[in-house]
Amino acid sequence: MAIEAGQPIDELKVTPDRFLPIRYAGASGDFNPIHTDKEYATMVGLPSTILHGLWSMAQVARALTDNAGGPEQVQGLSVQFRGMGFPEKEITVSGTTTSVEDGVATVELVAEQDGNAIIRNAVGTVSVG
Amino acid sequence: MPVNTSAIGKTFAPGTYVVGREKVREYAEAVGETNPLYLDPAAARAAGYADVIAPPMFAVVFISRTMTPTLFDPEVGMNFALMVHGGQSFTWERPIVAGEEITTHVSVKDIHEKDGKGFYIYETVSKDEQGETVVTAEWTFLVRGV
Repeated sequence: MAIEAGQPIDELKVTPDRFLPIRYAGASGDFNPIHTDKEYATMVGLPSTILHGLWSMAQVARALTDNAGGPEQVQGLSVQFRGMGFPEKEITVSGTTTSVEDGVATVELVAEQDGNAIIRNAVGTVSVG
Repeated sequence: MPVNTSAIGKTFAPGTYVVGREKVREYAEAVGETNPLYLDPAAARAAGYADVIAPPMFAVVFISRTMTPTLFDPEVGMNFALMVHGGQSFTWERPIVAGEEITTHVSVKDIHEKDGKGFYIYETVSKDEQGETVVTAEWTFLVRGV
C-alpha cells in the first residue's frame, strides 16, 4: 500500500528531454522564452533554459496521484518553487504520508534534481479507504 | 519603496474555456501521464465518465488563459522583469470531463511586502456550467527588490 501513515510513498523518477519545455509550452500555453530560448535565458542572467515550475509541480502531482490510486482521490496540493530545474537531468519526487485522519491522508513531498530541492514544502491531501 | 496595495480585492472579467479531448491528451503527454482515464475515451466511459477526464494539474491550462493577462494590470503594478512564481496551491472538488465548459474568476487576494520582496497573491475560482466550484487555486508571485 502506497499511502500509509508514517511510511514513504513510491518514488517517481523522470528525466525531461531537451525539447520537453517546448512541448510543455505548447500544451500549457506558457510561452515565457526563459523556458525555450537559450539566448534569451542567458541574456536575463539564467545559466540556461529552465523547466517550467508548473511542469515540475505536475510531476509532484503525478507522484501523489499514482500513490493515491488515481485522480478521483486527489483533493489538494500546495507547493513552493525554489531553485531551478533543468532539462536532461533526472528529477526524483519522494514523499512521506504524515497522517491519515477521517479518510484523508496528508502527504509531504519534495522534487529534487542534483541534490537541489526544486519543489519543496509540498503538501498533498488525498482521500483513502 | 513600499508596494502599492490598492489593487487588493480587485476582480477581473471571468473567462470561459471548453475542455477538449485532444488538448487533455496533449497536456497529459507533455507531463508524462499515462493513466488511460486521460487518454482513452473507452476506458473513461467504463469508469463512468462521459469522456476522458483531465489530470488535476490540467487546471493550469484553463486558469492561465484567463489569469495571465491580469498579471499585467497596471493597478496591480507587478514588475515582471523581477517576478518569480513562488508558490502555488490547488483544491480540487472533482475530476473535469472533456466537453465541459469551465468559467474562471480571478481576484487579487493580497499584496504585501516582506524581507524586501513584494508578494502578489491571486485567487482563482473555476466553476462548471451549473455554477458549482470545481477548482480553487492560489498563485503567489514574488518580486525582488521592491
